[in-house]
Amino acid sequence: MVTNITSFGRSGLSDWLMQRVSAVILAIYTVFIVAFLLFNPDLDYYAWSGLFNQTWMRIFSLLAFVALAAHAWIGLWTVTTDYLKSTRLRVGVQAVIILGIFVYLVWGIQILWGA
Amino acid sequence: MSNLQVSVYRYNPETDSAPYMQEFQVDTKGRDVMVLDVLHMMKEQDSGLAFRRSCREGVCGSDGMNMNGKNGLACITPLSDVVKNNKLVLRPLPGLPVIRDMVVDMGLFYKQYERIQPYLQNDTPPPAIERLQSPEERDKLDGLYECILCACCSTSCPSFWWNPEKFVGPAGLLQSYRFLADSRDTATSERLSNLEDPFSVFRCRGIMNCVAVCPKGLNPTRAIGKIREMLLADAT
Amino acid sequence: MSNLRSLTFDAIIIGGGGAGLRAALELAKSGKKTAVLSKVFPTRSHTVSAQGGITCAIASDDPNDDWRWHMYDTVKGGDYIADQDAAEYMCSEGPKAVFELEHMGLPFSRLDNGRIYQRPFGGQSKNFGEGGQAARTCAAADRTGHALLHTLYQNNLKNDTVFLNEWYAVDLVKNASGDVVGCIAMCIETGEVVHVKSKATVLATGGAGRIYASTTNALINTGDGIGMALRAGFPMQDMEMWQFHPTGIYGAGTLVTEGCRGEGGYLINKDGERFMERYAPNAKDLAGRDVVARSMVMEILEGRGCGEKGDHVFLKLDHLGEEVLGKRLPGIVELSKTFAHVDPAKDPIPVVPTCHYMMGGIPTNIHGQAITMDESGNDHIVNGLFACGEAACVSVHGANRLGGNSLLDLVVFGRAAGMFIEGALNAGIEYLDASESDIESAMKRITRWNESEGGESIPELKAELQDIMQTSFGVFREEKNMLEGVDKLALLRERIANAHLPDKSNAFNTARVEALELDNLMEVAEATAIAALERKESRGAHSRYDYPDRDDVNWLKHSLFFPATKELKKRDVNFKPKTVDTFEPKVRTY
Repeated sequence: MVTNITSFGRSGLSDWLMQRVSAVILAIYTVFIVAFLLFNPDLDYYAWSGLFNQTWMRIFSLLAFVALAAHAWIGLWTVTTDYLKSTRLRVGVQAVIILGIFVYLVWGIQILWGA
Repeated sequence: MSNLQVSVYRYNPETDSAPYMQEFQVDTKGRDVMVLDVLHMMKEQDSGLAFRRSCREGVCGSDGMNMNGKNGLACITPLSDVVKNNKLVLRPLPGLPVIRDMVVDMGLFYKQYERIQPYLQNDTPPPAIERLQSPEERDKLDGLYECILCACCSTSCPSFWWNPEKFVGPAGLLQSYRFLADSRDTATSERLSNLEDPFSVFRCRGIMNCVAVCPKGLNPTRAIGKIREMLLADAT
Repeated sequence: MSNLRSLTFDAIIIGGGGAGLRAALELAKSGKKTAVLSKVFPTRSHTVSAQGGITCAIASDDPNDDWRWHMYDTVKGGDYIADQDAAEYMCSEGPKAVFELEHMGLPFSRLDNGRIYQRPFGGQSKNFGEGGQAARTCAAADRTGHALLHTLYQNNLKNDTVFLNEWYAVDLVKNASGDVVGCIAMCIETGEVVHVKSKATVLATGGAGRIYASTTNALINTGDGIGMALRAGFPMQDMEMWQFHPTGIYGAGTLVTEGCRGEGGYLINKDGERFMERYAPNAKDLAGRDVVARSMVMEILEGRGCGEKGDHVFLKLDHLGEEVLGKRLPGIVELSKTFAHVDPAKDPIPVVPTCHYMMGGIPTNIHGQAITMDESGNDHIVNGLFACGEAACVSVHGANRLGGNSLLDLVVFGRAAGMFIEGALNAGIEYLDASESDIESAMKRITRWNESEGGESIPELKAELQDIMQTSFGVFREEKNMLEGVDKLALLRERIANAHLPDKSNAFNTARVEALELDNLMEVAEATAIAALERKESRGAHSRYDYPDRDDVNWLKHSLFFPATKELKKRDVNFKPKTVDTFEPKVRTY
């Protein structure tokens, strides 16, 4: 068994499962948003912010953002472990990625509840 | 009849500072011989050309190599299958250190094979006769036990190229599933717990190069999928 | 040459095929310091090519099966020069050895009741030839050798056997008393030559089918152990006995298992006639291999061969149907498509008798101890030297081996040698150390090649040797032709002694390995030629136009070839099994 402390769930199985579950959430969210746009051809600011004023939509969006964060981290972690063979460089890049994901996540929450 | 143009990877660590491609002209007398026959003809021209071979019928797995860009066994690959425009380019299996010419160091490949404990484990005392197994249970081993360890699959797998120390690779995982699927093996949970980390199995990204090149027509990707299913069933 | 590095083991096993791995497994389990030295990674050994199965009376297909019936078939199949104590040991111990393999994980095909699948093979009978065809060959589809070899390798991994993979054994090292105390070996990857010291040296180097131009054998089957033993002065037994397998693919030489005929396939000539009905009215296509091979050659010689040149016959399988072919003979379907461009589900496979198996070899007892014979005809054990598998002549196969008995031979006598060596090591073995000059004489050959500066090329000499053997020592033999062959071989020996190794590099120098192999081919060819010339009768696989009959008065004997004098002597066959009555020689019909 290969151990690795930087992976998301410390287990290939949980990472793999998380990757798939988050993908399904993102897919549903995307379909919903696309459908919303299609059914509202004359979309204006009020309709859009009206949608996001509803609690269920905020929770749904937050779920999608968290899923995106997890999905991105697992995927990018994999890419870094494939291609970056220098430990120092890899950990550095991974730190930047984590920071980036964190910032986007906080920013997303701020947008959802900040208005 | 024009001669076949063969370009071969050459490297002798004692005399060459770097590998190079050497051109050979081989007269096959128009016959559709196997790539291994062509190698033998070249060795008659230059006895220093090194390559492995044994059974010459595709069961021992010695002569896996890269022929015009695709891994396969030289002894069962006829020229008509690989030669394009009368040219043949032969290289050692990709991703493993070269010892000399077409001979690669298979150490990492074998290490990954050994890591999956490739032997039957059964903690009950054996009966006086054989352990019984129904034909249906035995059928589950078909497509798994036939692996000849030629390394064509693992050395065509990008995931194995990037992480040969950590990713078991298609050949090892096929054998891992061969024992997981054997009704006589009782070490299933121990085997599974050795595989649940992020690399051993999960570095497989379903590229399926392994399936495309396996000279025995085996399907490591499917076996890897089955291992994932077993891991999931075991953990949830 | 005191600068040679030395490696020390309790036992060194040369050869990583079925016999070597089985012996190693026994010793590794016992905790002795053992190493397997193999010129290829073990699973590339020729055992991997065995197809049809391992014959053994495990009473699965027929609950009343009896190992004595198997023993009777084996002795009769060997045309009565198989040692009956050895055949008795193999057939009675066999079931234990096969069940062990199953417990180790060998994926045998199965019957509906969960037991091991057994198929009919040539020369098998029930009730001492009176009860009709038996089905006694335990099979893993048509990949039994592959399954067996991988299983043994896997279990050696489990038991932490030490492997010297891609090492080549050059010659045996003998001490001043003539005991074998190790060998000289070369690491192929680095070219380093070392002195391997060992209290027991096991030759499990397999066959030497590459002395013939057309053979089912792997390219590595060059008789290395036979060559080493002959150069060390030890005799070889029954070397004239070479099995020609009836069904090698025409042109390519690759094997098509006898299991094809076991599953119901049969041979036809150009008229579509099932000709074996004429030669062997009862067993038909499942007569002994020597009988079937000779019948095929007769058909060809009498103008009923197939193809443009009329030089082969056909093996018909299409009537078995795709399901049976896919389930029981999948490997054959593959091989036939690749090497004969024929789909056996639709068309018959062109086949021709092809050199397949060496019945002769290093004479041993049932413990694998090598034997030599003194002036007055008494057997003596060679201290320190053991042999098992195809390299050995125990002899269980006599003048003709039955299909499926080779794999049984490997595991039974590999295991027996391992158990015996373990016991001997426990009891304590002390031999004189090899002196500098002992080591030097074992180094002579490799030094000769390394210092060669000109001369003929190795591949050409090898091709010539194979040609001589094919022409003069094939399925049918006769005096004049063989005399010519012997003379040509004598000349060839001189030429090989002066041949040239152009590439003297160290890293993975396959040319050097091929040079060393050529010497071994030469030794095997010469022993075969002289033994074949001297045995003036026809028996089993040894078939002469000038002596067409079996001669039990003069030749119910093993032949023993002595390399120093190039003489052939006779050695008694064992007719004293321990627990059953002797099988007296009878006329052999199928």
